[in-house]
Amino acid sequence: MIKKEMIAMLLAGGQGSRLGVLTSKVAKPAVAFGGKYRIIDFPLSNCINSGVDTVGVLTQYQPLRLNTHIGIGIPWDLDRNIGGVTVLPPYEKSSNSEWYTGTANAIYQNMDYMESMNPEYVLILSGDHIYKMDYEVMLDFHKSNHAEVTIAVMPVPLDEASRFGIMIADENRRITEFEEKPENPRSNLASMGIYIFNWKTLKDSLITMAEQPALDFGKHVIPYCHEKGSPLYAYEFTGYWKDVGTLSSYWEANMELIDIVPEFNLYEEYWKIYTKSEILPPQYISDSSMVEKSILGEGTDVYGEIYNSVIGCGVTIGKNTIVRDSIIMNQTRIGENCLVEKAIIAENVVIGNQVRLGMGDEAENDTAPHIYNSGMVTIGEKSIIPDGINVGKNTVIFGETFPEDYTEARLASGKSLIKVGDEQ
Amino acid sequence: MRAIGIILAGGNNHRMKELSRKRAICAMPIAGSYRSIDFTLSNMSNSHIQKVAVFTQYNAKSLNEHLSSSKWWDFGRKQGGLYVFTPAVTADNSNWYRGTADAIYQNLSFLKNSHEPYVVIASGDGVYKLDFNKVLEYHIEKKADITVVCREMEPEIAVERFGTIRMDEERRIKEFEEKPLQARTNTISCGIYVIRRRQLIEMIEKCAEEDRYDFVRDILIRYKDIKGIYGYKIKNYWRNIASADDYFRTNMDFLKPEVRDYFFRQYPDIYSKVDDLPPAKYNVGAHIKNSLISSGCIVNGTVENSIIFKKSYIGNNCFIRNSIILNDVYIGDNTHIENCIVESRDTIRANSYFVGEGGIKIVVERNDRYVI
Repeated sequence: MIKKEMIAMLLAGGQGSRLGVLTSKVAKPAVAFGGKYRIIDFPLSNCINSGVDTVGVLTQYQPLRLNTHIGIGIPWDLDRNIGGVTVLPPYEKSSNSEWYTGTANAIYQNMDYMESMNPEYVLILSGDHIYKMDYEVMLDFHKSNHAEVTIAVMPVPLDEASRFGIMIADENRRITEFEEKPENPRSNLASMGIYIFNWKTLKDSLITMAEQPALDFGKHVIPYCHEKGSPLYAYEFTGYWKDVGTLSSYWEANMELIDIVPEFNLYEEYWKIYTKSEILPPQYISDSSMVEKSILGEGTDVYGEIYNSVIGCGVTIGKNTIVRDSIIMNQTRIGENCLVEKAIIAENVVIGNQVRLGMGDEAENDTAPHIYNSGMVTIGEKSIIPDGINVGKNTVIFGETFPEDYTEARLASGKSLIKVGDEQ
Repeated sequence: MRAIGIILAGGNNHRMKELSRKRAICAMPIAGSYRSIDFTLSNMSNSHIQKVAVFTQYNAKSLNEHLSSSKWWDFGRKQGGLYVFTPAVTADNSNWYRGTADAIYQNLSFLKNSHEPYVVIASGDGVYKLDFNKVLEYHIEKKADITVVCREMEPEIAVERFGTIRMDEERRIKEFEEKPLQARTNTISCGIYVIRRRQLIEMIEKCAEEDRYDFVRDILIRYKDIKGIYGYKIKNYWRNIASADDYFRTNMDFLKPEVRDYFFRQYPDIYSKVDDLPPAKYNVGAHIKNSLISSGCIVNGTVENSIIFKKSYIGNNCFIRNSIILNDVYIGDNTHIENCIVESRDTIRANSYFVGEGGIKIVVERNDRYVI
């Protein structure tokens, strides 16, 4: 009979609506990050590097890109005879078919999968954080404390603590109380959404709580385990951990990679981050180019100038084009004589010649100021921008656009031009 | 595809100078991210040849590492697969491969146990793209016994190091001279052959009986008047690596946009082992002109007209021009490198000066590296 000590369940079904058009067509875990990676590469690589070789990936929102990326798990060595990676979408049942209504509900609906792996422990992960973590060390902590549930926490500045689920632990790290987004936090240990459960504890609580609508770990399952008297422990993590839930935090996390010695170092020999590499050739930098303080993916051709930017694979930057403080994802083409300032440009975008992005004064975005801010230009995947267009700050463009979509070849600061997908 | 593949990857020659100390020619890194055998392997895979044997002998460590998994070229299949054959001592044989024909003879069971009617034999040191199906079609149409892929070389290329070919108007090979002192034609053999499997087995067994070991000399040249040996001309890019200078020039060809477009952007792709390296990084002070930079590199200095292979580090104020830096090289600050090939895994101390004068200099520096 199959016996796995610890299996991981990776929650990758969320939309991540605060990433705006970047997640209009793809689930947040499949969004590109750091030139050649996707966000889900980080938890998947952590799993294999920690010796966790059985991972269930729960998908729901726009799973196509995610499914193609994961495949049978070859890039992460998760193509296994026993275990490996399994994509788990919601499915129809003879009675009571439903979508995944909450984080714990999604896990509950995959009880059979977990049962089939016969685990001792179940690791719950979310697919939207950038970090390197050895889950085996966390498991050792879990075992040595005879915990039933261990919650990974990290210290955050006290004035930011009210944005998180806060754990209050005694001197032995046993959790005594917790508060969800408290106004006056009594501790600075924020939950990272990473849990290790004893399989029995998890199974019992999910079955008991099954009827709870939108069953959620933080809101329902953890409180239930606590009330029942299960020993809950807080495992403190002090390494780099970044939530990339908003466009500005996404932009910042990318930009941190280009520091001389970045806090989050991808160049370390051990703890490699794996990803599916479709493009192999080296990058070409032409006679007329300048590249400084930037990282570039494979197969990118540069004929212009790039400063302070993160560029993906297979990108073309035309002659006399200047790119500054921007993120450009795989296979995007930018024409000649363009100026790109503080833009996030998604995959397969085509930008014509003489296009200027991020020009003019700041103005609040007219449709979704909580998403499009910080002076950024955001361009969704497969968008097309014709020659000679001027685009202001806090703007968003998504879809194939034509000269007649712009007034006097301009998209003023704060304006949105969304021609496909759901309006944000 | 109705053929199996054989890749002859055992060779070595002294004209590669210091570069061959470390690896077989087929494992020579090419164009930043590839090794020379990737081209033949990818061509076979893209031609839907499912079963491929690689014969290796000389210094095969690097090559074996590269071939440690067959999945990169899509050979990880139940039907067929990638087989690596090194010489082995058996009850009836205690020799190394004494030549290309002997290598095939020693692995004759591979041919005998296959059922595909044809065999494509190719050397593993060519840089090219070729659909072997087209060669096979031609082979069948000509009712040839052996088809030899050949190419008319540009006048500036000295063809004396190749096998030169003269054909009649039917494209039947009339003359075949191996490495002639003075070539009378500039059509050369690319070292790629198509032959019926049973025919090959018969010829190889005959060769072995007569103690002959070389495929070109003892089969192609010896049989050219009694068997129908035809030439299949290719026109596209084709180079092989037989000397350090060839190696340098072939790599530098990839700085030309048309060569990059042909290999990197046009279907089908060339595959290689994936190394999972982070994106290349350019720090303040990086100054790159007309160069190829591979993943995992960190650049702090000036690089002009050069090819930097994977995972190399170039220090502050370095000046690198017209050079090839192989993978995992560490170059200390203020170093000047011009007209050089720097061997892989070298560590070059700060303030070094290497210039190839009147030719390409091969730099092999084995200093201690202190990794921070």
